[in-house]
Amino acid sequence: MSEYIIELRNVTKSFGNVNAVDGVSLAIKRGEVVGLIGDNGAGKSTLIKVLSGVHKPDSGEIYLRGEKVNHWDSAKSRHSGIETVYQDRALAVQQSITRNIFMGREIQNRFGFVDVKKQYQEANRLMREIGFTSKVFDPESPVATLSGGERQGVAIARALYYDADLIILDEPTTALSLTETNKVFSFIENVRAQGRSIIFIGHNIYHVYDIAERFIVLDRGQVVLTSDKSEVPSAEHLIKTMHDIARMGHAEMKGAA
Amino acid sequence: MSTQSIDRRKGRDEVSSFQKWLRNNRRVLTSAAFLVVMLIAFTLANPSVFTQFKTYRAVMIALPISIFLVVPLVFVVTAGEIDLAFPAIVGMASYGFASIIDVGGNPLLALIAALAIGLLLGFVNGIFVVQFGLSALIATLGMNFLLRGLINIGAEGFSIALPEIRGTLFHTLLTGTTFGIPNQMFWALGFAIIGFLLYNFHKFGVHVHCVGDHPGSAQEMGINVKRTRIMVFVFSGLGAAFAGVFSVMINFVWWPTTGDGLLLPVLAGIFVGGTPAWGGIGTVLGGVFGVSIVSFIETGVIAAGLTGFFTQFFYGIIIISSLIGHRLNGERVR
Ligand SMILES: Nc1ncnc2c1ncn2[C@@H]1O[C@H](COP(=O)(O)OP(=O)(O)OP(=O)(O)O)[C@@H](O)[C@H]1O
Ligand SMILES: [Mg+2]
Repeated sequence: MSEYIIELRNVTKSFGNVNAVDGVSLAIKRGEVVGLIGDNGAGKSTLIKVLSGVHKPDSGEIYLRGEKVNHWDSAKSRHSGIETVYQDRALAVQQSITRNIFMGREIQNRFGFVDVKKQYQEANRLMREIGFTSKVFDPESPVATLSGGERQGVAIARALYYDADLIILDEPTTALSLTETNKVFSFIENVRAQGRSIIFIGHNIYHVYDIAERFIVLDRGQVVLTSDKSEVPSAEHLIKTMHDIARMGHAEMKGAA
Repeated sequence: MSTQSIDRRKGRDEVSSFQKWLRNNRRVLTSAAFLVVMLIAFTLANPSVFTQFKTYRAVMIALPISIFLVVPLVFVVTAGEIDLAFPAIVGMASYGFASIIDVGGNPLLALIAALAIGLLLGFVNGIFVVQFGLSALIATLGMNFLLRGLINIGAEGFSIALPEIRGTLFHTLLTGTTFGIPNQMFWALGFAIIGFLLYNFHKFGVHVHCVGDHPGSAQEMGINVKRTRIMVFVFSGLGAAFAGVFSVMINFVWWPTTGDGLLLPVLAGIFVGGTPAWGGIGTVLGGVFGVSIVSFIETGVIAAGLTGFFTQFFYGIIIISSLIGHRLNGERVR
């Protein structure tokens, strides 16, 4: 088996004349935490949506565990062990917490009927374990009745529910309190300790520096820097590099790959 | 954890399961209450008519046709779509059904052909809306005209009478009478129960909810949004086919206009029943109550001593007041 869970080769994705992802190649190893960083509009969310199957790339190839995949879509990526917390959280707010947690992956019998009781129990357990509030949740409450941070908790809980090999987190800590942010970081530690992988997108470079062991910097749809943590002495260095990239369109970092 | 926060948890958690049940079912309960209040009002206005079983029996003769239509339409509206082509699909499917029996074909074969026509036409609607990205409102309105036009061209104004079907086993099974109740009522209620189960407990119904709530989220979570949207139109076509077959079986005649008069009462029934127009939520049983309310209005208005001229006026009163009722009873969340 390949050492990579998923690999992109020369992937492009445009919207009209915006080249959101412009010839990106990258590979995610087992058990690594990758920090994906870049300015607003750099193409980070678009890139991970190609990985997770939401966007079909205009060109380029996707390899799953070393094998080329055709017709990649979000259902397939989830069934291949990739879970994603999207920047928009991907919730259906009029539906219950339970229904959101199992959206697209319902617990069902062979006739397609949903095991409502089992789902309720699982959602209840999950929200008690990692729910983002002091309040006791009723898993039947519509998501619309939750606060922004609580909704985020539902999206994160959903991604953690299936022991996915790769969890993609698109700005998971925005809108979270300090306590909840630390909770997310400890989840990430747990996942890494179990030999599973994470892609973490964030704008707080200090956070990204702390939790990731490899950084990928995206600028205007292109990977401008890939660097192991050992090559970056400090978060300040990373921030300076980001500034250089923003100014000159490329990095000047000693030892950068 | 401090005692204070434990207390707070308790306080927040103190919603009884009855209150929860009320909250989760308030739309269907509102429409059921509306039906009951309306029947009480009619009974007070004319006790002699509304205490007689035959009044209800009369309503139950044609009500099933609306039930076959409203159940799938609740799926359509929940998915964030609309289908205005169902009256012409009723017409087309029943045209096929009646024509096959008219030339001496087996009624069962005719039934299967009618269902196939309904499914196919529903699928065509779905393709127009989902694959070609046409507005559901306009595309299905266009389809309604187009199909009715084809019926008119084919039938040239002639109806098809099927007196020979009376008394056959097929007739007894579908539209005979059991314990004084028209059999079509049992078929329609069976259909409604299947619809209810699909809507609330089957993956298809759950996906319909999620797609109507937020198609982008549904797609990101791996739901096949396009297929789900096409399927609600196919289901609507199936309901229309059943409605068409039962309409012919009840009247022993097919008219080129069969299905035409159903558009507005059935649409009204969806919304009166508590399914909102914005998608993501709804109620199948509420829809059944909704079409029942609409069906009783006509009988009630006349029984109450008013002329038929009042019927439409009361339709309007009921539709608007029921919408206000549903709104007062629950906040819109999007
Ligand atoms: N669905 C879409 N349709 C049209 N343009 C899009 C779409 N999604 C993204 N874009 C464009 O693609 C570019 C990259 O967007 P993307 O969301 O990937 O950026 P990002 O790096 O995630 O930014 P941020 O940090 O602000 O979330 C932007 O210019 C954006 O306007
Ligand atoms: Mg983004």
